[in-house]
Parts: sequence; structure tokens; C-alpha cells
Amino acid sequence: MNRFKWLTVSTLIFFVSGCTLYSGAGPAGSSSMSSADGNDPSSYGMGTDGDDSMERIGDDSFAEPLDTIIYFDFDRSDLRLEYDDLVSAYAQRLNANTLATVRLEGHADERGSREYNIGLGERRAQAVRRAMMLNGVSANQITTVSYGEERPMAFGSNESSYQQNRRVEIVVIN
Amino acid sequence: MFNNKKILLFLIALLIQNISKAELTIRITQGVGKLTPVAIVPFGYDESSANLSKEITEIISNDLLRSGRFSSTPIENMLQKPTTGAEIDFDDWSILGVEAVVVGKITKGRNNSFNIQFQLFDIFKREQIVGYRLPANESTLRRSAHRIADMVFEELTGIRGVFDTKVAYVRSNVSRDRSSYALVVSDSDGENEQIILESKDPIMSPSWSPDSRLLSYVSFEGNMSSIFVQNLRTGNRRKISELPGINGSPAFSPDGRQLVLTLGGSDGNLDIHILDIASRKLKRLTYNRAIDTEATWAPNGEEIYFTSDRGGSPQIYKMKVNADRATRVTFEGSYNARPRLSPDGNKLAMVHQYRGDYRIAILDIKEENFLILSSGKQDESPSFAPNSDTLIYATKLRGNGVLETVTADGLVRQRMAPKLGDIREPVWSPFLKL
Repeated sequence: MNRFKWLTVSTLIFFVSGCTLYSGAGPAGSSSMSSADGNDPSSYGMGTDGDDSMERIGDDSFAEPLDTIIYFDFDRSDLRLEYDDLVSAYAQRLNANTLATVRLEGHADERGSREYNIGLGERRAQAVRRAMMLNGVSANQITTVSYGEERPMAFGSNESSYQQNRRVEIVVIN
Repeated sequence: MFNNKKILLFLIALLIQNISKAELTIRITQGVGKLTPVAIVPFGYDESSANLSKEITEIISNDLLRSGRFSSTPIENMLQKPTTGAEIDFDDWSILGVEAVVVGKITKGRNNSFNIQFQLFDIFKREQIVGYRLPANESTLRRSAHRIADMVFEELTGIRGVFDTKVAYVRSNVSRDRSSYALVVSDSDGENEQIILESKDPIMSPSWSPDSRLLSYVSFEGNMSSIFVQNLRTGNRRKISELPGINGSPAFSPDGRQLVLTLGGSDGNLDIHILDIASRKLKRLTYNRAIDTEATWAPNGEEIYFTSDRGGSPQIYKMKVNADRATRVTFEGSYNARPRLSPDGNKLAMVHQYRGDYRIAILDIKEENFLILSSGKQDESPSFAPNSDTLIYATKLRGNGVLETVTADGLVRQRMAPKLGDIREPVWSPFLKL
């Protein structure tokens, strides 16, 4: 009789201590543990374990910055040939991302009448717009605004300043 | 037997005369002719109005001097200081060569107001030309003084005075990192500036309504150009045109009901349109692929004058509001732009390129005389005073924008006192309502 009692008690003790052991050290990721201080449970993901899933990589071509200013000759609004590649590069990006838009801001140098210079700035912006559209960009991705002589980059009254002011600035809006 | 030397001298004289005749139409005149000597005697005052008297006397004096038609007697030379006609000793003034004398005084009125009385006397005839008493207070003081100067001016010259008028202009402060623009209204002498609009984006092309209550202008807020109409008393403003592309160059019609303006559309083809302000209905006037802009109304309300480069370079054209054909108006030189007609309809002011410089020029529409009025390199934005006698325009002084006035005959040119910032696009108000 004593021997039987002793066996039962020791087995019980053994099991109780065993349970206690286990409850403290559940495997990482187990989702139904309650911690000692009573916080809400936190859940953890299990991650992938297979090799046949693919990961999507975002378009990082916009990371490389493009020139944003196109310059024009005196009294001209036609695009110089040297800008063909730049226009192409913008067109490529706009064609690849049809939600992106671009705002072309036209400018003129300070000589002559202000509202007429708004017209000159607009002519230049339109020249860039047409070039982009010829490269396949759709019209609703392009807006133009002309600041005429109102937003100069250079402030002198000499040819060097005038040259810097005869320009179109390209602003990409995503 | 011919005297060869005499013939040679004669031919040379002919040649010189012809050269100067050819130059006459484009020479800039600067002489002033005879100045009428007047005296503005310091206005009398009672114990409370000493500084008011000083201010009124100064405003009247400065106005008349600024017109470039008068010389005035320094106070220290005056042999007497009458404040009423009864006190005038005519001999004391004819000794000085003075032809007309202004005397006046300020007396207390009810509450915080006072009365300004003035009399203008003809020294030679020894009689009063005109005299009035005006009620005034601190806030109407400047205007009252300007109105007195206007009355004196009109009596002595036969031309209606414009001292009691306003000027609107744009001021900019632009550097590489920041920019601010303001639309400002001041008295015709540049004093009493009030800011109508402040913006970090450009403001352009202000235009007065015929009743002087509204200003229309272009604002570039929001990365696009749009046209606003703003009430000067309340400051309330309405956006009146914001179509895609350019919205520019607004100008009120003589009856105040319409605006002529420039629209570019998405394809950037600038053309003239007329907007009915109440109904917002648009009527298109030009269909040209050229830049057509800077439209202005003839005072009869039936014709529009505008800038167009349809001929290759900017020239001024006119067309009837109800027609579709435009006729060219300017034939001097290769660049004429920004037309503005005098309120009496006789003269057309413009920006004219002369030997590489941009100057203000004026064309007499009937006589077809063409005269260059200014002498700068970047002169622009001419605007007539409501009496058609004087113009204001923008020029550059050491790279900074300042305003100048010039009489329509080119004889008197004055620079307005330079202010802080770069000033451009002045527009003279109509005659103000009382």
C-alpha cells in the first residue's frame, strides 16, 4: 500500500513539474500563450518556407534624376536638337507610368512687353509639349503654364542672364 | 559767275535742316517752356490745426510743382502771408513777378472735422479766379488737398487736374530663394500706399473698372494663371477666368460690364476674347495662330486694340468688337506692343523698340505723328491719366523698377520717388467719384 501511494504521488509530482516546465517555454510563434502580466496576445507571421513564390520589385528608374531645364535661343521657340534625348527620356517614363503628369513651365527674358512675353514663354512650353506628344505621351499627362519674364533665374540685363531665362522647366508630378 | 563756297554752304545748310527734320519725329523732347510763377501761401490755422495746415499747403504745393508747369515762391521770400483775399496786397506779389496766389485757412468744424477754405487770385487782374470751402476730416485731408490742387491747376491751365486720382501697380521682391509680390494702390503722388493683394506667386496686368471700385488682375497662385476681379473697398475677390492654359491681360470695357482678355487654351494659341462679367459668356475675337494679346478698349467701346505678331514681329492692330477682320495700326519700326488709348481717344501709347531699347512712344491717331516719349532701355506699361494729358510708365533705375510720368507732348518728364522693391505695371485710375 505505501509503495502504490508513493508511485502515484511521485508520478503526479512528475507530471505537474513537467507541465510547469512546458508552459514557460512554448515554441516561438505559438499563438495562444498568455503572458504573466495579462497583455493582449501578439501574433507573429510564419514567413514563407517555399522557393516558388516571386517577389515584386518596384520601378526604380525614376531614381536617376533627369535634367529639368531646356534652354532656347533668342526669339526662338523651336527645340534645339541637343534636347531630343532628354525629351525621349521623359516620354519613356511618362509612357511607363500613365498616372504621372508633367507640368511644363515656360519663361522668356525680360526684354519687351510683359504679356507678350507670356506668349513667348507659352510657345516654348508648347514646343516641349509637342515633342513629348510626338514621343507618344498622351495630352492629358501634360499641362503648361507660362511665367513670361515674371520668374527669372538670372537677374542681370545682359545676354548671359537673358540666355538663362529663356527656358522651359519640367516639373514631374506623380 | 557762281560763288562755289556759297553754294557749298547753302547745300550743307539744306542737308543739316533735312537731317534734323527727319529726326524731329523721334527726338525726345525735354524742354519745359515757360513756367507760370505762382505762390501758395501757408494756410492759416487755429490752435488745433497747425500741422494740418502744413500738410495741406505742402500737398498743394508739391502737386503743382510736380506738374512741371509752375514755379513757386519760397516761403521766406513772401512779403506777406494772407489767409483770405481781403488781406492780399497785390503790389507785394507783382513785385515778385508772381502771377497767381493761393490763400486759404482751416477752421474748426463739428466734432473732429474742420473746414478748408481756399481762394485763387489773379495778381495782374487783381481779382479772384475761384474760391471754395470744403468740409474735411483727418481721413479725407489728403484727398481734399489734392482736389484743391486740381481746381487751381484747371483754372490756370484749362486742363482738368489729376492730383485727386490713384495709381495701381505691382511690387515684387524676388531673389534666388524667395519671392513675394504685392498689388498696391497709392495716391497719384505715390503716397498713402495700400496693399490690395500679397502673394508668393506673380501678379500681373492690373486694370481699373470705370467706376474705380474694382481691380482686375492676373494671379499665378496654384501654378497656373487665372484672372480675378477684386472689390477695393471690401477686399472681396472673385476668380473670373481659370480656363486651361493661359488666362491673361484683362481690361475693363468703358461701361464696366465686360472684360477683354487673352486665353491660350491647352494648345497654347493666344487669342483675344470678350467676357461678359455677369453672364460669364465668352466671345472669341481672334482666331490667328499668332500671339494675340494685350487688348485694350477704345473709349467708344466699339473697337479693341491689341498686340499681334501675325506679321512676324509684334505690331498693334485694331478691330471692331463685332467684326472679324483686324487692321494694322503701327508701321514705325519692328516692335510695337502693349497699346493703350488716351481717354479722349486721340492718342495711342505703346512700347516701341528703338535701336535696341524699349521705349514709350505715342501715336497721334488723326495727325499720324509718332513721338518717342521716354529714354530708357526697358520702358514699359504706359498708362494715361484720365485727363489724357500725362502718362505713367515703368522704367529701370540701376536695375530696379521705378515709375515715371511724362506729358503726352513729351515736354515734362518726372521720376516718381523710388520705393522699396521692384515696381512695375502702373495703371492710372479714372477720375474718382466723391
